[in-house]
Amino acid sequence: MSYELSEEHREFRHSVRDFAEAEIAPYAAEWDRKHHFPVETVQKMGKLGLFGLTAPEQYGGAGGDFTSLCVAIEEISRVDQSMGITLEAAVGLGINPILTYGTDEQKQTWLPDLVAGRALAGFGLTEPESGSDAGATKTRAVLDGDEWVIDGAKQFITNSGSTITSLVTVTARTGERADGRPEISTIIVPAGTPGFVAEAQYDKLGWHASDTHPLSFAGCRVPKDNLLGERGRGFAQFLATLDDGRVAIGAVALGCIKACLEMSIQYAGERKTFGVPIGQKQGVAFQISDLKVMADAAELLVYRAAALKDNGAPYQEFKQAAAVAKLYASESAVTATRIATQVFGGYGFMEEYPVTRFYRDAKILEIGEGTSEVQRMLIARGLGLPVE
Amino acid sequence: MKIVVCAKFVPDATADRRFRSEDNTVDRAGVDGLLSELDEYAVEAALTVKENGDAEVTVLTVGPEQAADAVKKGLQMGADAGVHVIDDAIHGSDAVATSLILAKALSKLEADLVVFGMGSTDGGMGVVPAMVAERLGLPAVTLGSEVTVDGTTVKIRRDGDLASDTVEGTLPLVLSVSDQANEPRYPSFKGIMAAKKKPVETWSLADLELSGDQVGQAAAWTEVVEVTARPPRTAGTIVADEDGSGAAQLVEFLSTNKFL
Ligand SMILES: Cc1cc2nc3c(=O)[nH]c(=O)nc-3n(C[C@H](O)[C@H](O)[C@H](O)COP(=O)(O)OP(=O)(O)OC[C@H]3O[C@@H](n4cnc5c(N)ncnc54)[C@H](O)[C@@H]3O)c2cc1C
Ligand SMILES: Cc1cc2nc3c(=O)[nH]c(=O)nc-3n(C[C@H](O)[C@H](O)[C@H](O)COP(=O)(O)OP(=O)(O)OC[C@H]3O[C@@H](n4cnc5c(N)ncnc54)[C@H](O)[C@@H]3O)c2cc1C
Repeated sequence: MSYELSEEHREFRHSVRDFAEAEIAPYAAEWDRKHHFPVETVQKMGKLGLFGLTAPEQYGGAGGDFTSLCVAIEEISRVDQSMGITLEAAVGLGINPILTYGTDEQKQTWLPDLVAGRALAGFGLTEPESGSDAGATKTRAVLDGDEWVIDGAKQFITNSGSTITSLVTVTARTGERADGRPEISTIIVPAGTPGFVAEAQYDKLGWHASDTHPLSFAGCRVPKDNLLGERGRGFAQFLATLDDGRVAIGAVALGCIKACLEMSIQYAGERKTFGVPIGQKQGVAFQISDLKVMADAAELLVYRAAALKDNGAPYQEFKQAAAVAKLYASESAVTATRIATQVFGGYGFMEEYPVTRFYRDAKILEIGEGTSEVQRMLIARGLGLPVE
Repeated sequence: MKIVVCAKFVPDATADRRFRSEDNTVDRAGVDGLLSELDEYAVEAALTVKENGDAEVTVLTVGPEQAADAVKKGLQMGADAGVHVIDDAIHGSDAVATSLILAKALSKLEADLVVFGMGSTDGGMGVVPAMVAERLGLPAVTLGSEVTVDGTTVKIRRDGDLASDTVEGTLPLVLSVSDQANEPRYPSFKGIMAAKKKPVETWSLADLELSGDQVGQAAAWTEVVEVTARPPRTAGTIVADEDGSGAAQLVEFLSTNKFL
């Protein structure tokens, strides 16, 4: 199988790059400084069709492949990780669960606005006491007549409290299975439902322009029909949702690595010490060579995983490739930002250069949508190892 | 309604632009090029008119082989069809000849509304729209910003420094739009995929009933006699304030160079 991008993908990359350079790059530092979530820019990304790349045309999407989405995420992330993750989460965690598990009516109701970027959806899985161990969900939903009554709390939820958030999907215990383990289901909670509150934004290390909130549910009632997918299938559903998300996070990381590479090459050619550009010193140049290796390797892994999905490869093969891509790309991104800030010397610690922002933004890539440890666990399992 | 956008393929201003030493014309063949940014406003204006009514948008370009990229970009943005006039004899054509070729092609296309950019980003004479209108005997409204079409009536707002005026005309009409007219869209993935299936015709001078001696460098009314590269930027002057006379030296520099 070939992982070369097609001519259309390359032309699309060009278009998204033009957009990102003109509409995002000049403002990213200010949004970061002000912790501002730029709704207007999100909507411009919507007009460019980025949120609907993989959605069918009947909901306003482009009916494109997963590779095209990765290209878009990579290019946006190359100039701004916050907007990259906004897109990644909006599609991977917001739109995909509804597209994959929703009824026709749920799709008709929610997808057109989400696909057009007029609205955003959050995906509430993580809780104060349940992250990697997502099965330990404590949030409960009890059926009362024709309504689910939801009580509990979610945390660190992306795109969940913006002015254009139209809904969050949440996982909740809806009962107990025969084997005594909790039955987990997924439920759609429209924004503004009484009893559902998106609390104040977090004060984060990075991703300042991305919208992240704790959510609380107290006697929150939604119609019975807001169940997303099958009752009791919530656990399996979000695991599958996360597999796609991993590749997409790999694309966010890839954008970060490429940005580090480009910034470092430029700076190493300009900055002089001891009368010569620092790029003339092997100590600097060789580190930048390493960035190139990371960029190429991450690119191959991310687009291999995307191609496996697009070509309908056996699920286990895709799942393994997704975990490998996410693990390598995210850990490389953290290393790449460390190298790039080192190349910039003291300026690498000053907010006047974007490299500093990338340094702060990168760390979360090793944590969100499955930590590095979780990826290693998945890979080991895929290898047939009896890992716990 | 049939809208035709005249869009020029120009060398990329951010890349290396140069002249051919043998005939002092712009080197269009060996360089990276693109749809002139100013013509993106024309494409956008046409697409906006189309979205608000019933129209077919054709992108027309005159230029060498790579100029097909300008047509393609227009199609990716959402135009319906493309026409590329290409002929070796066109090389070196001046604005007068360019307008002749465009006018012939526009007649053949039976355009109701012709939309131009305000000027190319290479030649930049800003005269081709008026010349084409003259040749076609059509009214010309230049430097428009907002354009609305209602039946055969076109309303065009033109924004000046002191006032805006709105001009009304009747189709068929020639229009140029300014770079304040709109925000040109970026090609979407859907647009890029759809463009592959859109019809593009390639016409030669013979298809337009023109002969090679009516165009090209030999027929040009003007001639570029000399081309000199802009001298490289000099290093600048650094005033070192070693003895407290720095301020005086700065004032001296500014006044001798008449900056003050
Ligand atoms: C900015 C941001 C945005 C987020 N967006 C969302 C969102 O939109 N939706 C959502 O549901 N969640 C979201 N999350 C949550 C994120 O997915 C979790 O933080 C992540 O999965 C880790 O869970 P945790 O924080 O509970 O860590 P824990 O699970 O408590 O892990 C703590 C440490 O223990 C390690 N560990 C845990 N279990 C094992 C094991 N079995 N073996 C080895 N090591 C282990 C982990 O790798 C980690 O290093 C977001 C988080 C952040 C910071
Ligand atoms: C360096 C240089 C050398 C030149 N050499 C000569 C020379 O030797 N002899 C000579 O007489 N002239 C020469 N010219 C003039 C050149 O031929 C004109 O620039 C050209 O004919 C078109 O005019 P313009 O680009 O200024 O168009 P403008 O009048 O600035 O263009 C206005 C609009 O017309 C449309 N348009 C213009 N050209 C095209 C096209 N090819 N296809 C489709 N639409 C188009 C676009 O909508 C554009 O926005 C030279 C110009 C330059 C810069």
